[in-house]
Amino acid sequence: MFVSRQIERDGAGGVRLRFHEGELLLLRELLGGLEAMLDNPDDPALRRLFPHAHDDSENEEQYQSLVRDQLVEGRSKAAATMRDTLRKGTLTADQADAWLRALNDLRLVLGTRLDVTEDLDYENLDLHEPRGRDLAVYGYLTWLQEQLVEALAAG
Amino acid sequence: MSTFTAPAEVEVSEPSIEEDWQEERPWVVIVWNDPINLMSYVTLVFQKLFGYSLAQATKLMLQVHNEGKAVVSSGNREKSELDVSRLHAHGLWATMQQD
Repeated sequence: MFVSRQIERDGAGGVRLRFHEGELLLLRELLGGLEAMLDNPDDPALRRLFPHAHDDSENEEQYQSLVRDQLVEGRSKAAATMRDTLRKGTLTADQADAWLRALNDLRLVLGTRLDVTEDLDYENLDLHEPRGRDLAVYGYLTWLQEQLVEALAAG
Repeated sequence: MSTFTAPAEVEVSEPSIEEDWQEERPWVVIVWNDPINLMSYVTLVFQKLFGYSLAQATKLMLQVHNEGKAVVSSGNREKSELDVSRLHAHGLWATMQQD
């Protein structure tokens, strides 16, 4: 079956979107979930979004007090921007950048929960195992991210 | 090895300036390998945040991928914390340490 790309560079240097309705509903659900989680940024499920910068606790506390709120706010804004522009035909550079970060955050949260490894085999997903749906969604988000990176790198 | 990955050599002859030297020793920003971030994405982020060419960014990404980590920038503490926070905003696993 031929599956057309959802994300492509357009001739004018922007990014063109082409999603099916079901994809939009899925993405909206995932982004809503991420935004709700970001309201409680100390949730361990988000640990991969906020790595330590320093080994020692004193420097680390200083770093967190400087940047933590900004990082949380930036992530919430990116997710909201992606959600608000899901149905647009094309994205501006700023919107595409928000998509890039929000898609990656979705992958980080899901990938951490699934404990994925580098050699995850998308072609042999067992849909009967409990993680089947999440693994399929993770693979889908990875595919979208690859398309978006390619569109932005080419532009 | 690219020049920006080389730690600065600092000669210290006077014990009295040891403290200043501690303050001024440059920091390096390290990106660590992780199983989630895509190779293409990491390369794009290096280009975007640090202005590296595609060749430079690809080389650093491959170093992270193959060796587990790479030094991606260096400088004083403020600049390094800014670099780390921008990498964290993009979901990369970055830390900083004094050389």
